[in-house]
Amino acid sequence: MLEFKEVTKTFEGSKKPAVNKLNLSIEKGEFVVFIGPSGCGKTTTMKMINRLVEPTDGQILVEGTNVLEQDSVQLRRSIGYVIQQIGLMPHMTVGENISLVGSLLKWSKEKQRERAKELISLVDLPEEYLNRYPHELSGGQQQRIGVLRALAADPPLILMDEPFGALDPITRDGLQEEFKKLQKEVDKTIVFVTHDMDEAIKLADKIVIMNAGEIVQVGSPDEILKHPANEFVEDFIGKDRLLQSRPDVTRVEQIMNANPITVKEERTLKEAIQVMRDNRVDSLLVIDEIGTLKGYIDIEMIDAQYKKRSYVYEAMDTEEYSVHKSDLLRDTMYRMLRRGSAYVPVIEENDRLVGIVTRAALANMVYDTIWGDETAEVAAAD
Amino acid sequence: METFITYVSQNGFYIWEEFYRHFLMAAYGVLFASIISIPVGILIARYGKLSSWVLTFGSIIQTIPVLGFMAITMVAMGLGTTTVITTVFFYSLLPIIQNTYVGIKGVDSTVTSAAYASGMTRLQLLTKVELPLAVSVIMAGIRTALVVGIGIVAIGTFVGAGGLGAIIVRGTNATDGTAIILAGAIPTALMAIVADLVMGKIERKLNPVNKTATA
Ligand SMILES: Nc1ncnc2c1ncn2[C@@H]1O[C@H](COP(=O)(O)OP(=O)(O)OP(=O)(O)O)[C@@H](O)[C@H]1O
Ligand SMILES: [Mg+2]
Repeated sequence: MLEFKEVTKTFEGSKKPAVNKLNLSIEKGEFVVFIGPSGCGKTTTMKMINRLVEPTDGQILVEGTNVLEQDSVQLRRSIGYVIQQIGLMPHMTVGENISLVGSLLKWSKEKQRERAKELISLVDLPEEYLNRYPHELSGGQQQRIGVLRALAADPPLILMDEPFGALDPITRDGLQEEFKKLQKEVDKTIVFVTHDMDEAIKLADKIVIMNAGEIVQVGSPDEILKHPANEFVEDFIGKDRLLQSRPDVTRVEQIMNANPITVKEERTLKEAIQVMRDNRVDSLLVIDEIGTLKGYIDIEMIDAQYKKRSYVYEAMDTEEYSVHKSDLLRDTMYRMLRRGSAYVPVIEENDRLVGIVTRAALANMVYDTIWGDETAEVAAAD
Repeated sequence: METFITYVSQNGFYIWEEFYRHFLMAAYGVLFASIISIPVGILIARYGKLSSWVLTFGSIIQTIPVLGFMAITMVAMGLGTTTVITTVFFYSLLPIIQNTYVGIKGVDSTVTSAAYASGMTRLQLLTKVELPLAVSVIMAGIRTALVVGIGIVAIGTFVGAGGLGAIIVRGTNATDGTAIILAGAIPTALMAIVADLVMGKIERKLNPVNKTATA
């Protein structure tokens, strides 16, 4: 669909290229999000696609044709573009704004009108709004119209430069949801620029992380969060996001308790009861001399067998239910909740016990996800 | 006061004729100036380097006293309406060029870049975006030019072009001619005020900021 080959752009009067030897290939229907610090060349990269900026070197192919070989005006009409600051025409009605490209393509008035009606219904705005002027709309509504304008001529490729940047968080959130839904309905290839990692994770099929004119990492949100390529990416994602509140990418070891209460298998049941009492628990993990997980034992099992057996290894349950420390929490959580167990032991290589995940830890994590910052603030205040 | 009313009622047709002639001279001067100034303004808005040069030239004209300027023009073009219209023309250049320049420069660059990115040609950008958005500012320039022009034409009687100025001069020559002077001066002032009001109204109507769904 869209391909960058060794694309370089050096602006006149600057020595360092704004975009340097960029290689990237984007599939049809993909939602690609460019993200990176200010001035890293995101906008420049995007503008080279519809020739608002001409590359100094390299090639950009749209559906196999080099953009430089196409008429720039026709090219721009065939690619949707949402600029950072919306940029609605203040002297045109909302309807005229939506069908701007249609009017350039010499569509009939009826066709323009029809298309505008069709589109405005997609974003749940009343049809009467078509007759209004942009200044009679709220910022969020204007932003929607900006997006619709890019969709109007039904272009297969849409470029969006921080389209939700200027909005308050609540409006932005709503628009993102709406837009993701819309994208699925209209099935477009979308190149999207943002500063906001949350936005990128939420929307992207593929995230392209840039720094100083170069691509640092390309991958799905999951891949990038799981395997950040280097420190820059890690910093950019933010430690918080890596560790906390992301059950979909958090690993078991990140939330486990590394000091589970254990008992060696050759201990007596009496000793086991003592350990339980000391630690105020009703169940213990059983390990051998070198720390290998053997099973578990709880107060009821001891109670039932106290008369017949005297050692832990005789009375314990050897059911081998455990998770590996690098397993995804997402899967673990699901299994745990289904089994209805109060905890799950965490092991590493050779079945060595390294920790435990309790229901309480999960509850804490869910709580953090929901209340995130606030608890952090409370903790800081304490 | 009584003599004023008698003069006006007796010479109503003559006053109207001069009024009309006066207005036409101002209007033609401004019209020709617009034909030149608007394109020049557009040009200097697009090619910034020319702008300071052109605007300086315009301001130099403004500093010359009208009477002096008219006298010089008369040497070249002789007595009559042409000289007056030419003078109005030159004095209208600056306000119209300046306002066209400011109007086009003042169009929000996000709007023009969005329009350009949507696939407008340079010409479409000008006719569909820049001019419609600048038109009220340009009108304001024309309005200023017209009001000033009406004043300039009043002096035009000295080069034999007639107009309401002729009535005023006639009054100054007559003994006890206050009434006659007023019969020339009041319509002149009235014309300037009405022109200002009407143009102001058009200007507001054209301003995109004032457009609403109901309008
Ligand atoms: N027209 C231009 N002329 C000269 N230099 C430019 C031009 N446009 C951008 N640059 C430079 O190129 C670099 C990349 O700019 P670009 O706009 O692509 O950054 P960006 O990643 O979009 O940043 P932001 O997140 O702030 O929008 C910057 O150093 C910028 O100063
Ligand atoms: Mg940018």
